[in-house]
Amino acid sequence: MDVFRVLEPGLYTTVQDRGRYGYQQFGIPISGAMDQFAYRVANLLVGNPEDSAVLEITVLGPRLEVLAEADIAVTGAEMPLMVNDRPAEQWASIRVKPGDVISLKQVRKGCRAYLAVTGGIDVPVVMGSRSTYVGGRIGGYQGRPLSKGDVLARGPGNPLGSPRRLPEDLLPDLATEITLRAIPGPQDDYFDEGLGIFFDSVFVVSTQADRMGYRLQGPVVPHRKGVPQSIISEPSVPGGVQIPPDGQPIILLLEQTVGGYTKIATVISTDIDRVAQAKPGDRIKFERVDLETAYGVVREREGLMQKIREMLAG
Amino acid sequence: MGVYERPRFRIAGDRGLLAEYGDAIDPAINRKVRAMAIALEKEPPQGILEVIPTYRSLLILYDPLLTTCSRLQEKLLALEERLSEIEIPPPRTVEIPVCYGGEYGPDLDFVAQSHGLSPEEVIRIHSEPTYQVYMIGFTPGFPFLGKLPEVLHTPRHKTPRTRVPAGSVGIANDQTGIYPIESPGGWQLIGRTPLKIFDLRRPNPFLLKAGDLVKFRPITPEEYKRLAEQEGK
Repeated sequence: MDVFRVLEPGLYTTVQDRGRYGYQQFGIPISGAMDQFAYRVANLLVGNPEDSAVLEITVLGPRLEVLAEADIAVTGAEMPLMVNDRPAEQWASIRVKPGDVISLKQVRKGCRAYLAVTGGIDVPVVMGSRSTYVGGRIGGYQGRPLSKGDVLARGPGNPLGSPRRLPEDLLPDLATEITLRAIPGPQDDYFDEGLGIFFDSVFVVSTQADRMGYRLQGPVVPHRKGVPQSIISEPSVPGGVQIPPDGQPIILLLEQTVGGYTKIATVISTDIDRVAQAKPGDRIKFERVDLETAYGVVREREGLMQKIREMLAG
Repeated sequence: MGVYERPRFRIAGDRGLLAEYGDAIDPAINRKVRAMAIALEKEPPQGILEVIPTYRSLLILYDPLLTTCSRLQEKLLALEERLSEIEIPPPRTVEIPVCYGGEYGPDLDFVAQSHGLSPEEVIRIHSEPTYQVYMIGFTPGFPFLGKLPEVLHTPRHKTPRTRVPAGSVGIANDQTGIYPIESPGGWQLIGRTPLKIFDLRRPNPFLLKAGDLVKFRPITPEEYKRLAEQEGK
């Protein structure tokens, strides 16, 4: 069922879901929603399975004409949302009808917003996922960001019996200075004093920051003397922090499969959500944690999701 | 240099474990990597999401709600003990027709000149060995092949091309590879294959996987055109 006609695409709007797993060995990156918390909650707010496809909206939102009745919810970045030029609430379900126009303005806080719709955005499943991998022109809407005139369909699903909203105390913080918890490795042994500099300094997000990776600027993180600065190419994981010869860290993200530079540390999986909401000029600090701490944070996150699931369904 | 006596485990965040089996691009190390990848495929431990073979290591992606890094390390060590009991099928050889030079290989003459060879010699030397697919990555289905005969080692372009056509066969230092889709790229392009290395319309979109062997067969522009038509380009 057609649900949206794209009147204006916004700066960079793509279809994303949980991600494409199992194909990195063939050079296919995970892709998927950068801020998984906001993504999952957006789906729960409209009564979808958590892994339904949504729109990931970057910095400047689209204008969409509604073609079929549905509920929508917009989560993630603070991005003024209007329905027919009337302000509407984020982190809550909104009933829209044919002829309505949804518009999302310039972001106020954060970087990426998520728009979920009843039934999920319906695009063909490619290798197990609806996510767009723009570099490979795979998945999503014709393998590319949305453009003017595109028509999006939604999957089957009924609008909600009663509206849903996420309580304010559960909204994530969208600060311009963030702390990312990171585990040293896989190549922390290529650094000595560099490790201290890395975990003690403040870095600034450069303008080269996208779904492939975020280049940071700050004090030079030196390699240990005498070690090679590049390694035999190996697969990367989202959150891996690569230190190229110039000593300026790059956080590798979701549209990346291989890297040839040493990785000093890896951002823990739940904190990728914070990277997703950072934009050029924002400040980043890394906090050293161990694996056990990270596992604890992952379990806490799942506990929170379970709580939200019950709260919204109840 | 060579195969490590014990694997070296490296932590890649809370969802990744890197098991390193050696410190070089070397067929013996890669055989070990491939054997471990096949063994894991046959007996996947709980919680593993994907096993990605590389030149000299395996990246194991896991779900931290279902397993832990230390549990996986124990499993890997135990599996290695029994590796000789697990049947490893011989690798398959894939023949790749390549039209060298001309419009298909704009850097063939440069590569020849920089080594004091004729273009014909470069073609002969490049198509002589049977290469191993060490790893797939960079773009969908892109095979990193080794080892390239030393006489052909050529550095990348200083400024990468913004558009390299799909099927282009290139050289970067001691590696050779094939661009599966049009993408930016800095490798020296010496030829092009009419075969589709990556094609979503096929049930298996990927022509090659890590561990395969590759043999290049030089073809004429006429044969290129004929094969390209068959492939539906």
